[in-house]
Amino acid sequence: MTEMVYGTAPAQTGDPIIPRWWRTIDRWTMSCILILFGIGLLLGLAASPPLAERNGLAPFYYVTRQAAFGGMAITVMIVTSMMSPRLVRRLAVLGFLGAFVALALLPILGTDFGKGAVRWYSLGFASVQPSEFLKPVFIVVAAWLMAASYEIGGPPGKTYSFALTVAICLMLALQPDFGQAALIVFAWGVMYFVAGAPMFLIFGVTGLVIGSGVFAYNSSEHFARRIDGFLNPEVDPRTQLGYAANAIREGGFFGVGVGEGQVKWSLPDAHTDFIIAVAAEEYGLVCVLAIIVLYMVIVTRSLARLMGERDPFIRIAGTGLACAFGVQAMINMGVAVRLLPAKGMTLPFVSYGGSSLIAGGVMVGMLLAFTRSRPQGKMGDILSRRGH
Amino acid sequence: MIRTPLRPLARVLKARESGENPATIEAENKRRRHDEMHDRAKNRAEGRLLVLGAVFFLAFSAIGLQMGAMASSEAEEPRAIASGNPIIGQRADIVDRNGRILATNFDTYALYAQPQQLVDPEGAAARLAEIFPELDAERLVKDLTGSRKFVWIRRQISPEQMQAVHDIGEPGLLFGPREMRLYPNGPVASHVLGGASFGREGVDSAEVIGVAGVERQFDQYLRDPANEGSPLELSIDLTVQAAAERVLQGGMMLMNAKGAAAILMDVRTGEVISMVSLPDFDPNSRPLPLTTGSQSDSPLFNRAVQGVYELGSTFKIFAISQAMELGLVGANTMIDTKGPLTWGRFRISDFHNYGPQLSTTDVIVKSSNIGTARIAQEIGADRQKEFLTSLGFLEATKIELSEAPSGRPLSPKQWSEISTMTISYGHGLSASPLHLAAAYAAIANGGTRVEPTILKSNQLQQGPRVLSPDVAAEAVSMMRQVVVRGTASFGEVPGYEVAGKTGTADKPMPTGGYYEDKVIATFAATFPASAPRYVLVVTLDEPVETSGTEPRRTAGWTAVPVGAEMIRRIAPLLGMRPQVDMADLTGVTLTSN
Repeated sequence: MTEMVYGTAPAQTGDPIIPRWWRTIDRWTMSCILILFGIGLLLGLAASPPLAERNGLAPFYYVTRQAAFGGMAITVMIVTSMMSPRLVRRLAVLGFLGAFVALALLPILGTDFGKGAVRWYSLGFASVQPSEFLKPVFIVVAAWLMAASYEIGGPPGKTYSFALTVAICLMLALQPDFGQAALIVFAWGVMYFVAGAPMFLIFGVTGLVIGSGVFAYNSSEHFARRIDGFLNPEVDPRTQLGYAANAIREGGFFGVGVGEGQVKWSLPDAHTDFIIAVAAEEYGLVCVLAIIVLYMVIVTRSLARLMGERDPFIRIAGTGLACAFGVQAMINMGVAVRLLPAKGMTLPFVSYGGSSLIAGGVMVGMLLAFTRSRPQGKMGDILSRRGH
Repeated sequence: MIRTPLRPLARVLKARESGENPATIEAENKRRRHDEMHDRAKNRAEGRLLVLGAVFFLAFSAIGLQMGAMASSEAEEPRAIASGNPIIGQRADIVDRNGRILATNFDTYALYAQPQQLVDPEGAAARLAEIFPELDAERLVKDLTGSRKFVWIRRQISPEQMQAVHDIGEPGLLFGPREMRLYPNGPVASHVLGGASFGREGVDSAEVIGVAGVERQFDQYLRDPANEGSPLELSIDLTVQAAAERVLQGGMMLMNAKGAAAILMDVRTGEVISMVSLPDFDPNSRPLPLTTGSQSDSPLFNRAVQGVYELGSTFKIFAISQAMELGLVGANTMIDTKGPLTWGRFRISDFHNYGPQLSTTDVIVKSSNIGTARIAQEIGADRQKEFLTSLGFLEATKIELSEAPSGRPLSPKQWSEISTMTISYGHGLSASPLHLAAAYAAIANGGTRVEPTILKSNQLQQGPRVLSPDVAAEAVSMMRQVVVRGTASFGEVPGYEVAGKTGTADKPMPTGGYYEDKVIATFAATFPASAPRYVLVVTLDEPVETSGTEPRRTAGWTAVPVGAEMIRRIAPLLGMRPQVDMADLTGVTLTSN
């Protein structure tokens, strides 16, 4: 009896990790992400050789780098998705502290690579953009703070998270990087919305945004010109936007053929901000619609799964991650089709970029970790007659 | 925050009585509240997540639809268009009535620097200062070594200068193509042409805009690409214009005048064949407007169109013509010229005493102020005003020059009887030489009004009739007498039958009153008198002829010889043949059969 209790080999209770992971993970979303990554590599083959040629590198230099970073990103994603939400949260808080400090030290230690905005740390072989990594961990931390306010006698987490958002946005605005700042604000807003923002606040802020937009249009020459340029249906064909729009037209439904595209030679950002134009030109509307559907599936499916989630932290964090991921893709493609004003934003998992890829891996890894199916206390509900 | 009372309190009290720990009940209550709150939050979040999902679905669908719409539309060729409205080069040429170039375009370059690309800014600045001596070397060094990214150095440079800049060998010195306006004849017809300068300016091109004269008046036409470069044809005859300028320049110097103007006009079409105003300027480099003094002394001032002067006795023919038209006098009616004529506190006198009376013709021939004033009294203010209006003397000329509206005649506000009398001999009403030319043309062409024009027309003007043909012919023959035996005797040009009228008007002082020794001398002529074709008006500003014992300022001694010389020079250029009285052939006597 004693031997039976003591000295036995430690037996694992419950399922082994990997099978349970496979059973509970959202396999549809994960497949979509992997397909997106594959498409990204394929488009990189088309879009990056001109850049490599300009920089005097081997034609597929950027593709191999993309593949290497992508491998790392996928590893990170899978490892993260295996973690429990609690572990994710703990690591995210640590990561957040690190990223926050890194962001704060940028003006001292960072470099601008001659682009006018100090956003990067140069590590010699690669560069790191802290704001990319800050985004997912910030979402988790903000969700944690908000969820804490759900506890009776809990801290006023929503206010704390708002203060944090403001602080980060100020730091990003100083770089300046208004795109990332806007994304952070958007993510916080979505989380706050799901966490129960009062209705009058939602309408009030909407009104305020419209009002300030009108005010900015009337008072700022620069802003007004940007908006006018956007509203003007005639796009100057010599701008990046003009080339992108022309590439989409040129591609038609089935594209001009692999490697036949011209736009990648004219656009400096063909491999990042305007990769969708390369896709549209070479592979046509079919490929673009496939990419759009993939993003749509990832976002809507994640949100649908989160609807059944009972834990407020998981719900809020998952919403923030899914929406930040989706809106980034939306802005990138919206700019190319001129539904949105021009703003540089990478297409997550498709555009070239080490930081962006690995941070994207972290992001979707967390999202997958949060959307795993887990018991939602349905049996307990029945027993305690809750949920009526 | 209002604390929810612990409910039911009865249970806690009962538990206390029975010795149970009430904290467990409290904890249970708290848990229940917590669960309820979470359920509420979950239900609300469910709805909001649904909204979010729908928003994302719609947004992605919109992007997909837009992609589809774009993919199904036709691609357009990338065109190299400038943003905003493009700067259109190729201003149309301006030519004279025979198609000779008066203004054209010339390809040149503008020089600019991009200092950050300069290898040796100080050296470049020093070399540039050598090539362009008008540049300030120190300023150039400052511009080229400063933080500016773009510096204009010269707006137009010559090919030689361009080569010299090339020879510096600086990659940061760059050239932008320019189209500049070139007036190949220099100052000839400068006041007609006006000039042009650069408007909006970019690196690759600059807009050329007219700033004066026909360049400004017809700016839209000249720039309009729809005209496909068809030139603007002026009525000016380049050869006549050049000859007139030369003669007038010489005359102005001989007569010590400070300014002069001359207009040659076709009496039937109203075309201005030549229009000169001296001093003039070179439209290739227009001088700046004067900063001190009167703008009417500037070379830019077009005396023929903008200058309004009291034109003196040249006006007498209008009073006489009108009187004959009204039947008040005939050519031989005797007019009382006993002087001086006193009207209130005014005294009107003649240059010489012409005796008690003169015939109407002699009033013109001898230029009697008294005689004209008496005739004007007969006409009266209203009729005189009406007649002068019909000749165009009360409004600015409609000639197609941008300066024309500024040449508004000055007429008395109160057209009193004394005004009537002084205006009849050309004082009290100021008009431009062009007004005078147009009015003389109306008399010379048989009595119909003509509007002066600077555009080639070749079409007879059918203006309203102001004089009957007989009266007009009589007036011309009177003016012929002026040249043959009157004040304009120096105006005779053999073979061209010059008819005309002199006018010497004292210049008004800016403070009021008139100068004793400053006059405007005018000779208004038409030729040939038997069938007038052209009107010539020559005006000299402050002339004085000093060959005699005392200075002579009257038009007969100053403007008339200049006008005669001008006719002598330009009549052949206009293709007119002199009418030579053939000497009687000596009778041939046949000495034998």
